[in-house]
Amino acid sequence: MPNITLTIDGKRVEVPKGTTILEAAKKIGLFIPTLCHLDLHDIKMVNQTASCRICVVEIEGNRRLMPACATPVQEGMKVRTNSVRVLNARKTVMELILSDHPKDCLICSKSGECELQDLAEILGIREVRITGRSQSVYKKDYSPSIIRNMDKCIMCRRCETMCNDVQTVGALSGINRGFDAVVATAFEVPLEESVCTHCGQCVAVCPVGALAEKDNVWAVVEALADPDKVVVVQTAPAVRVALGEEFGYEPGTIVTGKMVAALRRLGFDYVFDTDFAADLTIMEEASEVLDRLQRYLSGDTTVPLPILTSCCPAWVNFIESQFPELLDIPSSAKSPQQMFGSIAKSYYAEKLGIPREKMVVISVMPCLAKKQEASREEFQVDGNPDVDLSISTRELAHLIKQANLDLRELQEEEFDYPLGMSTGAGVIFGTTGGVIEAATRTAYEWLTGRELETIDFEQLRGMDGIRVATVPIDDFELNIGIAHGLGNARALLEEIEAGNPRNLHAIEIMACPGGCIGGGGQPYHHGNIEILKKRAAAIYKEDRNKPIRKSHENPAIQELYETYLGKPMGEKAHALLHTTYSEKQKV
Amino acid sequence: MSNYKMHVLVCGGTGCISAESGKIVENLIQCLQEHHMEEEVQVVKTGCFGFCEKGPIVKILPDNTFYVQVTPDDAKIIVEEHIVKGRKVKKLLYKDPGTKETIEDSKHMDFYKKQMRIALRNCGFIDPTNIDEYIARDGYHALGMALTEWTPEQVIDAIKKSGLRGRGGGGFPTGLKWEFARKSSSDKKYVVCNADEGDPGAFMDRSILEGDPHSIIEAMAICGYAIGADEGKVYIRAEYPLAIQRLKKAMKDAEEYGLLGNHILGTDFHFHIEIKYGAGAFVCGEETALIHSMEGERGEPTTKPPFPAESGYWGKPTNVNNVETFANIPIILLKGADWFKKIGTEKSPGTKVFALAGKVNNVGLIEVPMGITLREVIFDIGGGIKDGKKFKAVQTGGPSGGCLTEKDLDTPIDFDTLLTKGSMMGSGGMIVMDEDDCMPSVAKFYLEFTEEESCGKCTPCRVGTKRLSEVLKKITAGQGTMEHLQELKRLSVVIQETALCGLGQTAPNPILSTLNNFEEEYIAHVRDKQCPAGQCTALLKYIINEEKCIGCTVCARVCPVNAITGERKKPHVIDQATCIKCGACYDRCPTHAIEKR
Amino acid sequence: MSKIKSFEELKQIREQVLTRMDIREKGDHIEKLVEVRVAMATCGIAAGARNVMNAFINEIADQGLDNVVVTQTGCMGYCYAEPTVEVRIPGKEPIVFGEVDEKKVQAIIEKYIKKGELLDGIIPVTHKGIED
Repeated sequence: MPNITLTIDGKRVEVPKGTTILEAAKKIGLFIPTLCHLDLHDIKMVNQTASCRICVVEIEGNRRLMPACATPVQEGMKVRTNSVRVLNARKTVMELILSDHPKDCLICSKSGECELQDLAEILGIREVRITGRSQSVYKKDYSPSIIRNMDKCIMCRRCETMCNDVQTVGALSGINRGFDAVVATAFEVPLEESVCTHCGQCVAVCPVGALAEKDNVWAVVEALADPDKVVVVQTAPAVRVALGEEFGYEPGTIVTGKMVAALRRLGFDYVFDTDFAADLTIMEEASEVLDRLQRYLSGDTTVPLPILTSCCPAWVNFIESQFPELLDIPSSAKSPQQMFGSIAKSYYAEKLGIPREKMVVISVMPCLAKKQEASREEFQVDGNPDVDLSISTRELAHLIKQANLDLRELQEEEFDYPLGMSTGAGVIFGTTGGVIEAATRTAYEWLTGRELETIDFEQLRGMDGIRVATVPIDDFELNIGIAHGLGNARALLEEIEAGNPRNLHAIEIMACPGGCIGGGGQPYHHGNIEILKKRAAAIYKEDRNKPIRKSHENPAIQELYETYLGKPMGEKAHALLHTTYSEKQKV
Repeated sequence: MSNYKMHVLVCGGTGCISAESGKIVENLIQCLQEHHMEEEVQVVKTGCFGFCEKGPIVKILPDNTFYVQVTPDDAKIIVEEHIVKGRKVKKLLYKDPGTKETIEDSKHMDFYKKQMRIALRNCGFIDPTNIDEYIARDGYHALGMALTEWTPEQVIDAIKKSGLRGRGGGGFPTGLKWEFARKSSSDKKYVVCNADEGDPGAFMDRSILEGDPHSIIEAMAICGYAIGADEGKVYIRAEYPLAIQRLKKAMKDAEEYGLLGNHILGTDFHFHIEIKYGAGAFVCGEETALIHSMEGERGEPTTKPPFPAESGYWGKPTNVNNVETFANIPIILLKGADWFKKIGTEKSPGTKVFALAGKVNNVGLIEVPMGITLREVIFDIGGGIKDGKKFKAVQTGGPSGGCLTEKDLDTPIDFDTLLTKGSMMGSGGMIVMDEDDCMPSVAKFYLEFTEEESCGKCTPCRVGTKRLSEVLKKITAGQGTMEHLQELKRLSVVIQETALCGLGQTAPNPILSTLNNFEEEYIAHVRDKQCPAGQCTALLKYIINEEKCIGCTVCARVCPVNAITGERKKPHVIDQATCIKCGACYDRCPTHAIEKR
Repeated sequence: MSKIKSFEELKQIREQVLTRMDIREKGDHIEKLVEVRVAMATCGIAAGARNVMNAFINEIADQGLDNVVVTQTGCMGYCYAEPTVEVRIPGKEPIVFGEVDEKKVQAIIEKYIKKGELLDGIIPVTHKGIED
């Protein structure tokens, strides 16, 4: 493409055709403030609604100011980004936004993380000269995972772009007109009744406090304070590579040991690891893969293939409401969070000699859908949930800070045995491709009876939205598909519906772009997708550092099967570790 | 049949009546009786001719003689000279202001050229449900000509040469728009007719679709041929059931005649039209919002570029024109670009249809050549202000336009001049206001409209129009401050500069133009807490003029809140603290002693 | 209706239409034919144009006036005087009647159509068309 030369604030800049003024300005060190704009091109999410009008600039010869984020450069263009006219307009637009925004920053869930707050600071807004009615016609919408507070919505539409374009869920869209316009579900049904999968990606991109997680921090504090309860915590693999960010560590810093120390200080009776349950998941899922494959290879054409992973609750919600005709193909294995809860409240409670009601299982997840998953009826025994409370990485940070702890000051500690014992295979569950790689490590060795020469399956890694790779297992070629982001999942599912032309045998699907490291409960990335890449790298580093890297070699897992469960997919395993899916009709 | 050989038409408009046209009729009849001609000549009072500045007007049929500024005394000479002797009364004939020549046949008067029907050429003339009547009026001949004798480029050239500009509001050159769409290469292109007429009070597009639907079908097909599209969509608001019905009938008839569909007139050109229904959102008149609405998306505009000509309906090159624009197309091809260019002004050729409304005598749908002055429209065609009141302002361009005043009456109406005056052509609403209209209230009315019709996408429009409207509410409720006036100006300018689409960009126009032209009226509202036009109830005071009050007690008896006291036969007083300003006393006072202040 | 296969054919049809309409609708007395056109746009109909049209049709049928044709047309633009009706008598300027109701229909037929007598309040037509 030919290059285009233009002048911005008197500086010449040459950029490829199609570049926006915003990008061109960035090239010469000019950072035009934005609000609605969000460019996550790595995951193909670009919110270019140009609706907030904060980034307006002056273009010589134009009567009106133009949005830098959505205006492509033109040859010879003369742009001014900081003239009095521009600054006045920008400031006035900002005041307009603020005139319709609650000023309760002190108690807002986004306080300190709010892009509107930051912008007000950058623009030096010290008074809002414009006053008038604020939006208050919308009720707060509480779901088990996400709370919508539309009084705070600034109509940037990022959530809508994420939900519709990236995730293709279509739960959120603009409704009503004018001042009452807002982003909502169809017919304004509660989020829970909508097609929402609770993936939380809308929360991850919301610049303000309009979308937030359901905060369970205080409930955890109360549980910890209850002397009659044995409080057990499990932490998901992706948490340990992101929690540090909340305490000023570089993205990608592994803080596993410090996190364990913090949890112990917080008063958890047992600090366990979801990675253990991930290893357990592999035992069941790999068995299932092998079972289906062996039946398929022996000529049984009724075997439901490809087999789909089922670790991700948002993904499960997605298939239940959007592809009910495919409900026979996912693995019936519960997610690691639920396997953990199930084992903790049976095997481990029995070990401790306490009734399940006495135990409180708390999970720390990078995810908001896990909150909703924990509340599903099938994961309860007589009304007692396997996982009592799920908190996000962000909530854990709050919990630690509220207890006057600083992660930086803590010495690293180890997880408790046995449910804290895990392998590298369990760790990589935290990033896209990890589950299927972990399953492949085990399935390979079980099928061939030989030890793997190289444990790392590089062909399964990466950030491409849809990846397909072939793993030769002796003379059999295992075709693997991987999708992260529900839009990519949809594409792959449609391919399956169209007859599975690439003959895929197993597919891993994660609802969030990047997998769990990019989950809706993780520290906010504020549009910097490099952070996700650093977290992913940390996950693989953690895997490499583990002495054991294959799930079936986990001694605590072996012990669990030997002493309690019997065989993978056996009767007891089936009762405790597997689930069923059913069609969910949603709006 | 009757014996009448002649008819004398006497203008019965309010202006002429106050200028004694009644007396003229009486005198005419009397004179005719004196000459025993009452059986041969009929005197008739007509509706308003509109030419009020030269009223009273008398027209004689069948010879079309047009007498102006006739007085009751002139009745005698008209009868004796014209009717009896057949000699026209020179001194009463209209003199052309340019040539100073007297004009005997009214057909040659400029006045009759003030309205010229091009877009409305068949409206009110043919039966819209009868395709034959359209064909009889050269219908589909422009299409036939284009398909058989012209290349698409030649068609575009003709439209470009004609200088036709979009009649929907923006005034973008139509030929250029077609050329952009032509040059976009794609396997599929669309022609869209924007029939989502949303300006309050404007209904020319509906009238054209109801009165001459075939002209739109023909024009869309011509456009399809020109840009290389085989599919057309008419985006029409569902509130126009009759227009939809007539259009459907017309489409069906055209299809049966092979004037729509495959191989039109035996050529290789195919063109199909589908009707798409809108829900009547004002913003869907904006072409990108319209396209999104047609796609089933929320009716919201998106930034341009890309323009619809590059990426429109389903991402394909799309040409959007409004109904009135299309209505001009066939006739331009038939009569030629040069014919069209001679009408109107150099930069705005042709005519424009206006929905003339408000405080004029002849409200109506009028079509005038561009360049006509507001004065001619309001006073000559509109017949002047109702009830002899004083002209105050005229709003053109609907909610996107601005108010023009006395000093602008002689400026020509065209796209560019209106813009320089702080208003715009818009789609053709024209609302005339008189001395009783309160300008801050007018601005408030329009802002409430845009506030309501804003799609809510961009900040300046979503929040800005709300804030403007809130400030105007305060001002008209007597809670305004001088700072509010500054805020109105400051906000208005920023909204104009930063809003995403035309709706927001033009929304402040009614405020800025009324503020510029009637600042003292705003100041009266905020500083003196007075509404000079007496419209803002909150600012109104009813006061009894002691000198006029006869103490009849009627006011005290009708007052619903017992705010009026006073003894019989003595002046009464209104207690301002109790008064709810309902106006009951004002309406009932027999001596008009109650004054609004 | 059959499809028109060429531009030439369209032109022929225009001529045919012109004569056919004359012969079919106007019969033997074209020179005496009176046309009544009722403005039937939404606004006209809302103001009562449909009743007016029906009244014309009924009255003309009742009286057996076979030289009068009633048709509908679109908006004439005289909003201030809806419903509006245009009557065209051969050899005369077309006359527009405003604010027509069923009573006025009678008057138009009795006075103007039958006797050529005008009614008070007729609307002066002050525009020109493309032919002028």
